[in-house]
Amino acid sequence: MSSEIETRIEEIVEELSFFDDELEKYEYLVDTGKALSPLSEDEKQEQYLIQGCTSQVWLICENTDGKLIFRGDSNTVIVKGLVALIIKIFSDLTPKEIVDFDTDRLGVLGLSEIITPNRQNGLKSMIERIKTYAQEAYHD
Amino acid sequence: MYKKYFEYFHDNKNIYLDSASTTQKPKVVLEAVQEYYTKYCANTHRSNFGNANRATTEFENARSTLKSFINAAHDEEIIFTKGVTESLNFIASSFVKDRFDTVIISSLEHHSNIVPWHMQGRSLHQGLEVVNCDENLSFDMEHFEQLLQENPNAFVSITHVSNAFGRINPVKNIIHIAHKYGVPVMIDGAQSLVHFNVDVQDLDVDFYALSSHKSYGPTGVGAMYIKKEHLKDVKAYQTGGATISDVSYDRSILLDSPFKFEAGTQNIAGVIGFAQALKFIQMLEYDRIIDYEAGIYEYMYEQLSEIEDIQLYTDSINCIGSLSFNVKGAMADDVGVLLDKMNVSIRYGHHCAQPIMKKLGLQGTARVSLGIYNDLHDIDMLIKNLKRALQILKG
Repeated sequence: MSSEIETRIEEIVEELSFFDDELEKYEYLVDTGKALSPLSEDEKQEQYLIQGCTSQVWLICENTDGKLIFRGDSNTVIVKGLVALIIKIFSDLTPKEIVDFDTDRLGVLGLSEIITPNRQNGLKSMIERIKTYAQEAYHD
Repeated sequence: MYKKYFEYFHDNKNIYLDSASTTQKPKVVLEAVQEYYTKYCANTHRSNFGNANRATTEFENARSTLKSFINAAHDEEIIFTKGVTESLNFIASSFVKDRFDTVIISSLEHHSNIVPWHMQGRSLHQGLEVVNCDENLSFDMEHFEQLLQENPNAFVSITHVSNAFGRINPVKNIIHIAHKYGVPVMIDGAQSLVHFNVDVQDLDVDFYALSSHKSYGPTGVGAMYIKKEHLKDVKAYQTGGATISDVSYDRSILLDSPFKFEAGTQNIAGVIGFAQALKFIQMLEYDRIIDYEAGIYEYMYEQLSEIEDIQLYTDSINCIGSLSFNVKGAMADDVGVLLDKMNVSIRYGHHCAQPIMKKLGLQGTARVSLGIYNDLHDIDMLIKNLKRALQILKG
C-alpha cells in the first residue's frame, strides 16, 4: 500500500504530465506558487532561511497535534512554486511518515529537468531541512 | 553575418548572449588548437627535437603576436597566465603585498579584483579604498584624486570595463592622474580586448591583465603585461620547472622574465589558440567590430527600453558589450531561467560583483552581453521571448 506522501507525489506527477510544453510546466509552478500564502515580513527570519539556495527561501515548521505543518516563501516566483510543491507533499503528516520516506522517490517528479543545477542544490537543502525538522520532532 | 566563422552556430539554434562570461571560439582557433595536439604536440623550452622546437617557436610567436597586438615594447613584458584572475592574484602577491600601504579600486570591480586584497588582510579603510560612483555608475575622478592625496603609498587596480554593467572606466585619465602622484596602476582588461583596441604604451599602464577566453580564444589561458621598468621588482609567483637557469641543493637561480614567471608546463595549446584569436580579431578589424557591435547594442537598448517596467542600469553611450536590466515584478533569476528554456542564454544574478549590487540595493540583474556573432535576429528573439517570460511570471 502506498503511503500518503507517495499518493501526493503521484497526483503531482499526473498534473505535470498534462503539459507537453515545458513552459506550461513553469506556468503551473508559478500558479502553484501564487496560491501559497506568503509569509509575513516578520516571519522571514535568518533562522528559517534555507542555505544553499541561490534565491531566498524561508521554511517554517509547526507541530500541531502531532502533525508537522510547513509554511514557506521565496523571493522568486518560480522557486516559490517549488516551495509550494514541496509543502504540498510534506505538510500535515506525522514526523514518522516524513522520516520513513526515501527522498530519492522525489526523482519521479522530474524536477531536475525543469530547474537549474544551482536550484537543484537549493531544493535538496529544502528537503534536508524538512527531514531534519521531522527527525527532531520524532525524537522529542 | 559573422556567425559563419563559428562552428558553435552551425546546426545550433541557441541564441547566445553571454559573451561577457565567455565567448564562442571561431573555427580558426579550434583548428590551431587541434593542429598543436595532432601535428606537433611536445613540451616547450625543454626538448630539442623537431616538434619540440616547433612547439617552442609557436609558443614564443604567440608572445610576439600579443606584444604587437597590445603595442607592448618588449617580448619580456608579456607573461602568460591562466587568465585575468591569476594575473590579478599574481600582482597582488608578487608586487603589491609588502610594498604598498593602500590599494585603490573602483566601485565596479568583480570579485577577482576584490578578494585577493581581502586575502592580504585589506578591508575597506584598512588598506583598501574604493572610488565612489554615482547612480550612473560613472567613476568619481575627484574622489579618486582625494584618495591618492590621502594615501601616498598606494597602488591602483581598476577594471577597464565593468563585467556586470558594461560601463567603461576612463582608464587613460585614471592612469595619468595616478602617475602624477607616483602611483602605479593595474588594469583588469577582461572585458576590453574583445571589443576595442588596447594600446599599453598609449595608456602608459604599468600592469594590464588580459583574457583569452573572453576574446574568442581558449579557456584556461590569459596574459599579463608588465611594464619593463617593473620587471625587476616583481617576484616570481610560483617557481619550479622552466623558471630556472641553475639549481643545486643549496640554491636556485631564476631566469629572467618571462620565463621566471611561467613555472611548469604552460597551456601550450591555449596560448597558441589565443594568438590565433588575436589574428582573427585583426582580420575582422576593430573599427568594423566597434561599428557593428554598436549597432546591435543600440538596437537592443531601444528594444528593451520599450518594455514596460524595465530598468536599464547602463546607458548606450558609456557602455560596451554588456547591458544589465531588471523588470519590475520579476526576479532576474526567473527571467533568465525562462529565457534559457526558450533557448536564449543570458546571465542572471550578481555577476561576481556583489559589492556593487549591494550598493545599488539589487539582488542581481539580467545581463545580455554581445559578441561579434550576434545579430539583430538574436535581439528580436531575446525581446520576443522576454515578453513571453514576463507574461508567465507576471500572470
